[in-house]
Amino acid sequence: MFTFLSSLRTAPLSAQFGILIICIYLIAMVFAPWIAPYGETEILGSAFEPWSSTYLLGTDSLGRDMFSRIIYGARNTVGIALATTILAFLVGGLLGIVAAVMGGIVDQLLSRTVDVLMAIPSLIFALLILTIVGTSTSSLILVIATLDSTRVFRLARSVAQTVVVMDYVEAARYRGEGLWWIIRYEVLPNISSPLIAEFGLRFCFVFLFISALSFLGLGTQPPLADWGSMVRDNATLITFGDITPLIPASAIALLTIAINFVVDWKLHNASGLKDE
Amino acid sequence: MNSILLMTLKRLSLGVITLFVVSLIIFSAVEILPGDLAQEVLGQTATPETIAAFRHELGLDKPAISRYVSWLTNMIQGDFGHSLANGRAISDLLSDRFSNTLFVAAYAAIIAVPLALTLGILAALYRNSWFDRIANITTLSSISFPEFFVAYILILFLSVNNSFFPSLANISDSMPLSEQLYRTILPAITLTLVVVVHMMRMTRASIINVLASPYVEMARMKGMSPARVIVFHALPNALAPIINVIALNLAYLVVGVVVVEVVFVYPGLGQLLVDSVSKRDITVVQAASLIFAGTFILLNLIADILSILSNPRLLNPR
Repeated sequence: MFTFLSSLRTAPLSAQFGILIICIYLIAMVFAPWIAPYGETEILGSAFEPWSSTYLLGTDSLGRDMFSRIIYGARNTVGIALATTILAFLVGGLLGIVAAVMGGIVDQLLSRTVDVLMAIPSLIFALLILTIVGTSTSSLILVIATLDSTRVFRLARSVAQTVVVMDYVEAARYRGEGLWWIIRYEVLPNISSPLIAEFGLRFCFVFLFISALSFLGLGTQPPLADWGSMVRDNATLITFGDITPLIPASAIALLTIAINFVVDWKLHNASGLKDE
Repeated sequence: MNSILLMTLKRLSLGVITLFVVSLIIFSAVEILPGDLAQEVLGQTATPETIAAFRHELGLDKPAISRYVSWLTNMIQGDFGHSLANGRAISDLLSDRFSNTLFVAAYAAIIAVPLALTLGILAALYRNSWFDRIANITTLSSISFPEFFVAYILILFLSVNNSFFPSLANISDSMPLSEQLYRTILPAITLTLVVVVHMMRMTRASIINVLASPYVEMARMKGMSPARVIVFHALPNALAPIINVIALNLAYLVVGVVVVEVVFVYPGLGQLLVDSVSKRDITVVQAASLIFAGTFILLNLIADILSILSNPRLLNPR
């Protein structure tokens, strides 16, 4: 932790900015009930009230406080995206390494399955599956995690393949170590840095993807506050020149930019490039 | 020449196989539906007789394999079956909307591809200058914007605050082309902004990659201007990855159009797909997914073939 903080001091301005933004979002996520002046689904006044001291950003189409819902939205939108990305990494990353370590028929089987799944555009695939299983938070997480694990699989497999041919892995095999030992102690420590960078980028993809689905009315279901669906529900305001619906949208954009900045810096560090 | 033909045939058959597997997935997705399709559509109050009649009408009482075969053969002949929601023939619903989707995607591509190439070449030419830096920061941030955010910002500035363009893109066949182009300009700009970044970065990166080669140095030592070096010596050799990324982005355009169509209430295939998903109109969703997936696979295939054609070394992998 201390080394992280000291490396942060030498980080470029954009990365420091990114870390700051991410911290603000985390605080909003954890302390939402204390920061938000009203409840998440509390109906307070009439619809589309303007900005005022009682309702900081006005009210939405059902008369709920916009500001409170944006704060709670951090929990739902970011929380669901985080859960999905972690699940995608557990499944895709593990299978990718297994495919690289075991090779042969296992590798062929997994890789061809992933090839087929990747041939279908993921938005279309997600829409198809969500029609069938219905839209609920758990099915949303499962479907998108499955689709995204294919991309993680590709990366994990290709970076693990460069490690698997190393002498120390061969030595471990001759020692008679099991599959789990080789994955956990030989391969994983050596591929962790590209995987961590990929985690950041993958999270951004999942986050934008879920927001798009929610925007289409097929993601997080009401009355849960969610930034994507908040934009859609209040979009009529834009035609009157009111920018309120753009605030949840910019909340999505800001977090994605922040993560991109941090990942950029991490990748730059990991690649050993020096600034000119 | 023969080897190129052989390669194209090989890729083409691979594409057909992929399409076949994808159609299998789309078809079987409905098979694993928890519960019964007829029950789902008709609701809890339906009597056993009406359910049986409905199942017979859809052919649900036949085994899955024979249904798949007849579904696929009908699809190939252009008969997509009937909508569960309103009973209309799906092919009627699809034909206009699909051409509308292709229209706006092509419109965006015509703006985006030359723009991305020009910007990419300029960024490579003036690399590490202020132009390059600004281009870099804008591209990094515009990747992070959700499509609907870009769309609504455009609506706010170009349609509400200053009424340059209409915010609704409702077009019909009876309009003259100029009117159609005018009404769909905001969706086209949105899509352009979404895809131009990726293409531009790729153009810049692949040109800079080539700039280190000896023949570029030679050209420079002959006293050629930097612009001439890049356009005549670097660009042709950097073409393979650029073509690839263009085709990939065109594939993305056809799919990414879904959200943009919803924002601008554009009568395209994406809008139909989203409506059908919320109505759980499975037959329409199946047909639309298959068309989207087919277009996506086709464009990826073209990307593959073109990038090999532009770099014959790829003909003999490893």
